[in-house]
Amino acid sequence: MPVITYRDALNQALAEEMERDDSVFLMGEEVAEYDGAYKVSKGLLEQFGERRIVDSPISELGFAGLGVGAAMVGLRPVIEFMTFNFSILALDQVINAAAKMYYMTGGQIPVPIVFRGPTGAALQLSAQHSQACETWYVHSPGIKLVTPGTPADAKGLLKASIRDNDPVAFMEGELLYNLKGEVPDPDDGDFVIPLGVADVKREGSDVTIVTHGKMVNEALRAAATLEKDGIEAEIVDLRTLRPLDVEAILRSVHKTNRAVYLEEGWPYVGIGSQIVSIIQEEAFDYLDAPVVRVTQADVPMPYAKNLEKIAKPDAARVVEACNRVLYRN
Amino acid sequence: MATKVHMEALSPTMEEGQIVKWMKAEGDAVSNGEVLAEIETDKATMELVARGEGVLRRILVQEGGTAPVGDVIALIAGEDEDVSEFEGGDAGESADEGEEEEAAEEAPKKGKKDDEEGDEEADEEGDEDDEEAGDDRAAAKEPASDGADDRRIKASPVARRLAEEKGIELARVEGTGPGGRIVKRDVEQAAKEGVPAAAAAAPDSDADYEDVPLSQMRKTIAKRLVESIGPVPHFFLTREIDMTRAVEARKRINAMLEDEGVRISFNDIVLKSTAMALARHPECNAHWGGDHVRRFNRVHLGVAVAIEDGLITPVVRDADRKGLRQIAAEVREMAGRAREKKLKPEEYTGATFSVSNLGMFGIDEFTAVINPPEAGILAVGGMVERAVVVEDELEVQTRMKITMSCDHRVIDGAQGARFLQTLAAILEEPLAALV
Repeated sequence: MPVITYRDALNQALAEEMERDDSVFLMGEEVAEYDGAYKVSKGLLEQFGERRIVDSPISELGFAGLGVGAAMVGLRPVIEFMTFNFSILALDQVINAAAKMYYMTGGQIPVPIVFRGPTGAALQLSAQHSQACETWYVHSPGIKLVTPGTPADAKGLLKASIRDNDPVAFMEGELLYNLKGEVPDPDDGDFVIPLGVADVKREGSDVTIVTHGKMVNEALRAAATLEKDGIEAEIVDLRTLRPLDVEAILRSVHKTNRAVYLEEGWPYVGIGSQIVSIIQEEAFDYLDAPVVRVTQADVPMPYAKNLEKIAKPDAARVVEACNRVLYRN
Repeated sequence: MATKVHMEALSPTMEEGQIVKWMKAEGDAVSNGEVLAEIETDKATMELVARGEGVLRRILVQEGGTAPVGDVIALIAGEDEDVSEFEGGDAGESADEGEEEEAAEEAPKKGKKDDEEGDEEADEEGDEDDEEAGDDRAAAKEPASDGADDRRIKASPVARRLAEEKGIELARVEGTGPGGRIVKRDVEQAAKEGVPAAAAAAPDSDADYEDVPLSQMRKTIAKRLVESIGPVPHFFLTREIDMTRAVEARKRINAMLEDEGVRISFNDIVLKSTAMALARHPECNAHWGGDHVRRFNRVHLGVAVAIEDGLITPVVRDADRKGLRQIAAEVREMAGRAREKKLKPEEYTGATFSVSNLGMFGIDEFTAVINPPEAGILAVGGMVERAVVVEDELEVQTRMKITMSCDHRVIDGAQGARFLQTLAAILEEPLAALV
């Protein structure tokens, strides 16, 4: 299987879907002439022309709304936010228009749009450019949320998102674009991963680490440390936060009796809150310990390198949390 | 409803029993209380009686076979009742169910009573049912009272579920999680080791009692001390007692009883005094129950008696309320039969505290080993005349040393010391016995 970067996997997905369906187009800041801020759309302008690869002005609310309108009249726009930090400006179009249109028109007008871009912190970009935006999007019914953590998932899930008839927020990771991984060869057929299906990234019997997106990789590092200690952690990568693969979470908790939720966002009403709620409600009799969350510290991301490091969740804290639910402290 | 016939603890130390003879055959009608089988215990051959009515449908352990206490050895059920569901269960499971049933039948458990009061709210009628109906009710209530018991125990959900599946009583599992929470590994460990012996197997006492739930501190004391010294963390308190007045009193009592041919020994006086002191210090008149301390309201005194190949402790019941004459007579009579090994189990079990006296062998002082689950034993040394300083003057007194061994899980140093203070006061002024 070819090993490619997360960036190239996304590029492949976009190209393949645009090739397959000419109602698909990409719009965003610097996606055309500059190949995208993170070079995800490299070569696409050349391949598909400026009618389908469209540079937008710096006006998130404007081009997000333009995308919603296009989707309402039958196109399949992919709207790139340079990062999801900037998408906060566009939230009215996302939450009030895209997510509610199908419902408010009694099912007459679907909005098949993808909003994509990186979420979460990179390195020393400070408070306004280092936030995990999942909660804002997943809170509202009517929009799906996809968070791939590996190149293969990035490709398979983006293709599924573009084909989906509901609005989808597709959150990537700035620090993931260079991540390499095996992705099935395009010549071996269409590679699509259905939304709403979690993936066990590592099998284990002692503790379940449930996570999503970039943090999957941090969880794998934690599991490697735990393994040296004789602890087998199972990693459940949710991949899609809405719809949520509840069964996969419960299956693993039934097996290990202990769970840790790892996420990049803040703890307060974070994704983990929802997951913990589900676990305690649906798998209560299988729990051997309270479910513990590992999150970003409940502060705006500091700029100072040393402070940023301790504000971010990392493998060491995941190990610590696992030991706690294993009563090994 | 089918009744399981369990191998019962027919002696306090019995762990398994051998079926000497089945008195009933499969298919025979059985009534409640009827003798089902003769069982050989570690001490004697005893009768096992039916705890239910119907037909002896299945004998699961044949004559000559042995079964651990708690195991199901037969089934009593209606003539045509389907008993197949009872036959597949594994031994461990049935053993635990046995405990629960026996516990449910055990009437005077204060903690239990609270649970039942709770249940009564939901089920008010039936209070005045006859005893038989009462038994049914106890059985039907089992899960409810079980739940009530569990509510007081911190356990993770999966530990609870697992314990239920394996038929392990959570109260018997030691929690190693935060704050003593019972977690999965604790239940698994308990399952591996086998659940601690059933409550019925422990030598029980027919004295009234109050079960005192363990405080966290008491739990910690229990756990830490056991780690330090072994299963029963002993400590010892020694006190020297002026026996001058007791010697005098004994002389006068014996002179008084001379015509009856009765002689009171010093040991009888020590027994009576100990029993009286215990009545005033119920915290020392107690058993260690694993998850609680059982303080008795009656004093049953075990008296260590040396016999040819060991020793046995016949029990003087309600020793605090008996006169010296009766205590002397009982001890003498039981000691005699003990030497002939003719004591019945109920005569050497149920002590709430014990006394061992080696004074007659010229022993000044010694320490005695606690007989669990009792929490204390008094070791009595011999009497010697010694010079003692009393108010700056030398005085010759008859002195005796007593040493109390205490189970630190139950008795703390100051509690034991206060008990000995009371005991010394009684022995030093025998008139106190009248007060």
